[in-house]
Amino acid sequence: MSTSRRNVASFVKDTHIRRLLTLMILWMIFMAIFRFDKFYTFLNFQTMAAQFPEFGLMALGVMLCMISGGIDLSVVGVANFTSIACGELLKILAERSGELTGGGILLIMLLGVLIGAFAGIFNGLLVSKIKIPPILATLGSYELFRGIAIIITEGKAVANLPIKYAETIAGKLFGIIPIQLVFFVVVVIILSFLLNRTTYGTKLYMLGTNKTASEFSGHNTDTVLIQTYMLSGICAALGGLIMLANYNSARADYGTVYTLQCVLIAVLGGTSPTGGKGRISGTVLAICVLQMISAGLNRFPQISSFYIPLFWGGALLLVMVWNTITVNGKSGGGFIRNFLAQLNIKTGSGK
Amino acid sequence: MLKDNILKVVDIKKSFAGVQALKGVSMEIKAGEVHCLAGENGSGKSTLIKIISGVYTPDSGEIHFGDKVYERLTPIESIRNGVQVIYQDFSIFPNLSVMENLAFNQELANKRRLVNRKRMRQIAEEAVAKINFDIDLDAKVGSLSVANKQLVAICRALMFDAKLIIMDEPTTALTRKEVDALFRIILDLKKQGIATLFVSHKLDEVFEISERFTILRSGEKVITGDTSELDNKKFTYYMTGREFEEEPFVPKNVSEEPVLTVENLGMNGFFKDISFSLHKGEILGITGLLGSGRTELALALFGLQQADTGTITIEGKPVKLNTPQDAIKNGIGYVPEDRLTEGLHLPLSIGENTIAAELDKLSNKLGVFDEEKKKQEINRWVKELAIATPDPNNACSTLSGGNQQRVVLAKWLARDLKVLILNGPTVGVDIGSKYDIHQILRGLAEQGLGIIIISDDIPEIITNCSRIMIMKNGRISAELSAEEADEQTLTRYMM
Amino acid sequence: MNNRFFKDLTKRNEFYIFLVIIVMGVLIELRSGQFFTPNNIVDLLSALIVPGMFALGAFMVIVSGGVDVSFPALASLSMYATTRILLDVNYQGGVWLPILMSLAFGAILGAFNGVLIATFKLPPMIVTLGTSSVFRGIMQGVLNSKQLAVIPKGMSSFGTAALFVAENPQSGLTSRMPVAFLALVIVLIIVYFFLNHTMYGRGLYAIGGNEVSAHRAGFNVWLIKFLLYVGVGMISALAGMIRASMMTQAHPTNMLGMEMMVIAGVVLGGTAITGGAGTLTGCMLGTILIVMVENSLILLGVPTFWQSFFLGVLIIAGMGISALQVTRASKAKGSVVREVKQ
Repeated sequence: MSTSRRNVASFVKDTHIRRLLTLMILWMIFMAIFRFDKFYTFLNFQTMAAQFPEFGLMALGVMLCMISGGIDLSVVGVANFTSIACGELLKILAERSGELTGGGILLIMLLGVLIGAFAGIFNGLLVSKIKIPPILATLGSYELFRGIAIIITEGKAVANLPIKYAETIAGKLFGIIPIQLVFFVVVVIILSFLLNRTTYGTKLYMLGTNKTASEFSGHNTDTVLIQTYMLSGICAALGGLIMLANYNSARADYGTVYTLQCVLIAVLGGTSPTGGKGRISGTVLAICVLQMISAGLNRFPQISSFYIPLFWGGALLLVMVWNTITVNGKSGGGFIRNFLAQLNIKTGSGK
Repeated sequence: MLKDNILKVVDIKKSFAGVQALKGVSMEIKAGEVHCLAGENGSGKSTLIKIISGVYTPDSGEIHFGDKVYERLTPIESIRNGVQVIYQDFSIFPNLSVMENLAFNQELANKRRLVNRKRMRQIAEEAVAKINFDIDLDAKVGSLSVANKQLVAICRALMFDAKLIIMDEPTTALTRKEVDALFRIILDLKKQGIATLFVSHKLDEVFEISERFTILRSGEKVITGDTSELDNKKFTYYMTGREFEEEPFVPKNVSEEPVLTVENLGMNGFFKDISFSLHKGEILGITGLLGSGRTELALALFGLQQADTGTITIEGKPVKLNTPQDAIKNGIGYVPEDRLTEGLHLPLSIGENTIAAELDKLSNKLGVFDEEKKKQEINRWVKELAIATPDPNNACSTLSGGNQQRVVLAKWLARDLKVLILNGPTVGVDIGSKYDIHQILRGLAEQGLGIIIISDDIPEIITNCSRIMIMKNGRISAELSAEEADEQTLTRYMM
Repeated sequence: MNNRFFKDLTKRNEFYIFLVIIVMGVLIELRSGQFFTPNNIVDLLSALIVPGMFALGAFMVIVSGGVDVSFPALASLSMYATTRILLDVNYQGGVWLPILMSLAFGAILGAFNGVLIATFKLPPMIVTLGTSSVFRGIMQGVLNSKQLAVIPKGMSSFGTAALFVAENPQSGLTSRMPVAFLALVIVLIIVYFFLNHTMYGRGLYAIGGNEVSAHRAGFNVWLIKFLLYVGVGMISALAGMIRASMMTQAHPTNMLGMEMMVIAGVVLGGTAITGGAGTLTGCMLGTILIVMVENSLILLGVPTFWQSFFLGVLIIAGMGISALQVTRASKAKGSVVREVKQ
């Protein structure tokens, strides 16, 4: 009980989260003023909830790896690889039995998760045992997974899939809640539990803050790293399974912008690129904010969707500059902090 | 003989964010003298050095170089007045050659835009000639030994017509032989009229090398005087403002059976034929020069490196220690030398740090924490070791140095160890905390823990250990009881 | 002297990359008989121009201890802006103005990176991820970029001008060596001179080795880093302009994604990803290897869609080998503790 109250308190205290909440509220007010009837519809929120899980899941994986002090740039590769392999299996199953059964879908999901797990373990081995810097290791494995995906499909899309799969995964629970959202929520709950209630979570944060100390405390840091990248792989694979349902097709170059977007989400959500810091709540909030902004922008037909990377990149840079000015004033813009201090603006350190 | 002051600081005050780091310090350094600056962590030593070198601007006070008086000083002005600082990390470029490391400063000071290797080599050759330092100028500095890296830094400092060289704890990573070599160089510089300000809190070094000393405590100068008038007790008193009586350690509850027995342990290239046993209630000291194999032995006992030959027995059972997990499972704990970088997760909470080594004991088979047990355990250790904190959920970085050390100890005590190995338990620790740590260790031994202290701090070993093992070139050169041990004997067996 | 030269040679990464290149060349030659033909070599060199220039920029950033992933977006934006503006004013002159304009755009965009990294001391990798997104957003959103099938004449004639034409005596196939290859050579010479013969260049290595020490030694760390990103921006923008000229069309997005293979090439050439170490020879050899994989698989009879796969294998293998070398070296050196401390 007391821990949960503390979590709520620190949740609100967290500067990143405060900032994101402010941004979200401002945006919601903005949308309320300019596009109330088009934005505040049930359908719009339902659509948003169906859209963000595919990249949201990948972002959660990237966040985990960043907490460990690394990064996973291969998530999109894993997702596409998974969706292509599962798409192929889907076709085979459909051909064989004509009708896709619930068991068939389960089998496909299982295959997807397995692929994700193996891809993640592969990344984990590269990072922990061979000690390749995570950026490069996952960059390489991204090419590799993408390469395998291209080889399987000969560069073409996997299409003409039985509609049953998409209907199920991209369907609605009780006709209201998008199934994609259910997946996302379940993963969020599992990961929160892992991070906050298990030794794995504690070991992960410890590894991210000080790897040597972890080793001296007797933690098997290699195992923790492998587990982390495996979880990231599974998250990415689930993202891939949802992409397969959302597009009802698969291709090796779907969702390439998601790599950057995932890093952006993690950083916006308060995950430190140097490791040891980051929380699920922040990341989930960042995912929601991004989804709301991009969906909101869609309500302005005169603004092309091509502006979105501009906003996101800009947001990422602004947040980081803001962080250096406020939290880490010593190293960066000390002058700005002094300036703000003169204006009586509190720039106290957020934890 | 009357010498002129080359540097005089008068009533220097400096505060950071409201905290007064220096409260009006004055001191002077005479030409060609070796002056020791001592003080505990946080006493203001490093602030003073940074003010002398122009890195910080004092809030008030004056800095005199001969007739020139400065109220604020830039790094360049400081250098022009003959001040050179050799930082603890030597400020070198490990990826570049000795030549470039030596020549860069001067080339930059002369505002050179283009690289002239011939000129740079010439500069480097002149620099190494000053202390007759024989080194391959094309070698990468990263491949040199610590001592040679330091010599590179010294050579570089000497190029600027230095009158005063400030060395910030220069002996920390040196072997005894290398320390001797360094001292010879300092004396040689002295002959050339170059003064040295030697920052250290190692008592024996202060006595050995310096003529005069200044001691700072909480931002104030406690005393300046001739080293000849100083003794051990006074030194401690000036440093801490407290008096410590450390009685030699007498073990009380030594067990019949050894808790740890090591037989013929060997690791290729590091140590060989190591046999000893440790009983509960004992504190065994292991000492030796850097490179004598003492650190590697500790690592082997904790499973961080694997011994090639020999056996390790815990309470009569032979064990294999391939990983730290194996060692911990068998009741062995290890406190590393550098607690901040190797022992703690500073941004994480105090509570999490205390339970870092027993996570699996506070959780079920699936790794899910028993929250209640976790909380109890944290509270227990915070209380037991008197860790001064309002809330164990605070970050470990909010603690003072001494309390952080208690956290590291708590981490291991929470494990119900049989053997605790401490590598340099008080390196870089000020005298007050050092005393406290020794008391904690003695208490633990009395409660029946077997303790091994690995240290090159000879007085520490002699007062706190019941038995002492000396290593030399990877072998045990002697094993002494506490009564037989004195500094000369130990040093003789080490060399 | 000679003996020492060979001894050093076998210790160096470049030597092994060179061997791999030769072995691959021989393999392709055996399989297809078309590798060591004049036109194939010219084709390879021509394909090297743009990645080679990108690699030079990426190399300098990595030496300084950073990673830049924004250069393709930066190049695309500068190239696109230049081309669009010149088309809008119906520019009919030579290639010098496009070159100057793209250099200017590159410098401005690079300065943007530079300020964020040098002034605010943000991690370069994340900053450039962000700026790459911003550049892309400006190009596709603000400039509403589309593929431009026509580019100013000055550019296309520069892009198609040939230094010489190589002919395969057997097949009769010919390949033109573009004049633009000279640009790569010139940039290579400038970078070489800069890195090895100016204090700024040595400063890059110094910063990559130890930034604090560099500052204490008197290097103007801020200026060096800022100028680095400006310079890299200019090189990248030039490369983008050349690419459009050679293709005689301005395609806004087809350079995006090249950052991965370029960085892979640089690191394969023995450049330490942690900064401070690496040679231009290695950088160019690594890039050549990557370009070979991209361009010569077809000669081996491998379908083009195996490219990504081989690239991935190459990156992982290359990285893995050098990572294992580092681990082994530190193990041989001594204790775990020492490895951990450094």
